[in-house]
Amino acid sequence: MRSEVPMFITLFFGLFFIISAFIVHPAYKSAAQELNNWTLIIISFAYVLGVINVARIHAKKLEERRPGWAYSVMTLFGMLIMIVFGIFVPARLYGGYETGSLFSWLFDNGQVPMQATMFSLLAFFIASAAFRAFRVRSVTASLLAVTAVIVMAGRVSVGELMWSDFPRFVEWIMGDLQTAGQRAVKIGAALGAVATGLKIILGLERSYFSGE
Amino acid sequence: MAKPTARWTERLEHLDRRIIFLVVAVGILVPLVAPLGLPVTVTEPVQAFRDQIDGLPPGSAVLVSADWDPGSRAELLPATVALFHHLFQRDVRVLIISLWPAGPRMVEQALAEVRGAHTKTYGKDYVNLGFKEGAEVVMVSLGDNLPATFPADYYGTPVSTLPVLRGIKSYKDIAMVITLSAGYPGTKEWVQQVQDRYNMPMISACAGVSAPEYYPYYQAGQLKGLIGGLKASAEYETVLERKGFAVAAMDAQALGHYIIIGFIILGNALYLINKWTNLGARKE
Repeated sequence: MRSEVPMFITLFFGLFFIISAFIVHPAYKSAAQELNNWTLIIISFAYVLGVINVARIHAKKLEERRPGWAYSVMTLFGMLIMIVFGIFVPARLYGGYETGSLFSWLFDNGQVPMQATMFSLLAFFIASAAFRAFRVRSVTASLLAVTAVIVMAGRVSVGELMWSDFPRFVEWIMGDLQTAGQRAVKIGAALGAVATGLKIILGLERSYFSGE
Repeated sequence: MAKPTARWTERLEHLDRRIIFLVVAVGILVPLVAPLGLPVTVTEPVQAFRDQIDGLPPGSAVLVSADWDPGSRAELLPATVALFHHLFQRDVRVLIISLWPAGPRMVEQALAEVRGAHTKTYGKDYVNLGFKEGAEVVMVSLGDNLPATFPADYYGTPVSTLPVLRGIKSYKDIAMVITLSAGYPGTKEWVQQVQDRYNMPMISACAGVSAPEYYPYYQAGQLKGLIGGLKASAEYETVLERKGFAVAAMDAQALGHYIIIGFIILGNALYLINKWTNLGARKE
């Protein structure tokens, strides 16, 4: 029963939502909408589980004084402050999440610059990796390197100083040449997604509920 | 026996990466201090993006989904700000949602830059409906009942009291979906779940790294316009004649790109020189 019940639920709701794309009867549509609302509520609970999980993992790390435990203190402290001030503290004490609250101040002056900094560091690592790893070792690697250089030049303004039609040439590479490859990847991925979906609905793929 | 000393080309091929970091930092910082004023040519997908918004019927409503967070701020904040300027110049109602948790605050930052330049009223002309978890489920749910999916705005005001949402029940009442996308869920999911199923006109502004993935949708007409990355955002600002951060930052990004190109060429030149030299030495 431990396997059969989840498999039946998956089969029932999987088929229900597939069929809902083809049936326009109001009663069926209304039922599909209701189930969508259930799904949204269930997904929202994943956040609660996520918070509990993060707290549990970092509390354990802190308790055992494992390497990097100081980062766990910061994580737990940051999470606690944002939750308490965002949800429980009234607006007159800088609570809530509107502009002027502690939550928004920490977000704008803490999370935004830190996350932007992490992303910006990519430029430095890409430059280093491009110098070390982007080698013309074979014909295909050479083609990739030449195309990358052309597209990189065309995605910024200097390219058009060399040749006025350079941006249009790059658009042709992006819109025609690379699109063909992208379509192949997308079609392959879509077929894979359909196959995986069917395997889950039909109970052939069960790792999602039992670790099989 | 003493180890033979490496040639200077071999030593240079293993250049300390801190020197590379320094060159990149200087290359990006210099144009920010002393702008070069490089030209910006408007490409077809960006022009199409603008034309689609210009073609919106007066009084219609557009749904903007701000699906990005601070990691993509440098690329997508300029596009978002320019888009809000463009929409607020027109007689359209703007409904803003986000499928990324940090999205609503980023929307607030963009709106803060735009508000002073227009006379639009919150709740009457535009609304920030905030974040809703559920990705594709939310997209489909909006097609059935928008007020039920977002019963209150970002500030907790019930949507039934907001004039901007009067008469809007589902996608049938929306003229266009505009996705501002930095990854999942984003433009790809909007096209897959909404564009075809509801025959919804759709345009997208996305991070540069995602743009190649969305070109097939643009070519197929599923996306009617596409802004891909900071360069395209600069083009959009140029075509709107409202130059902002994207145009200013283009010089820095241009030099950054050319430094990377320079390193690719240098790395390969050293690789080939060392390879041929070693081959010659072995033959001898």
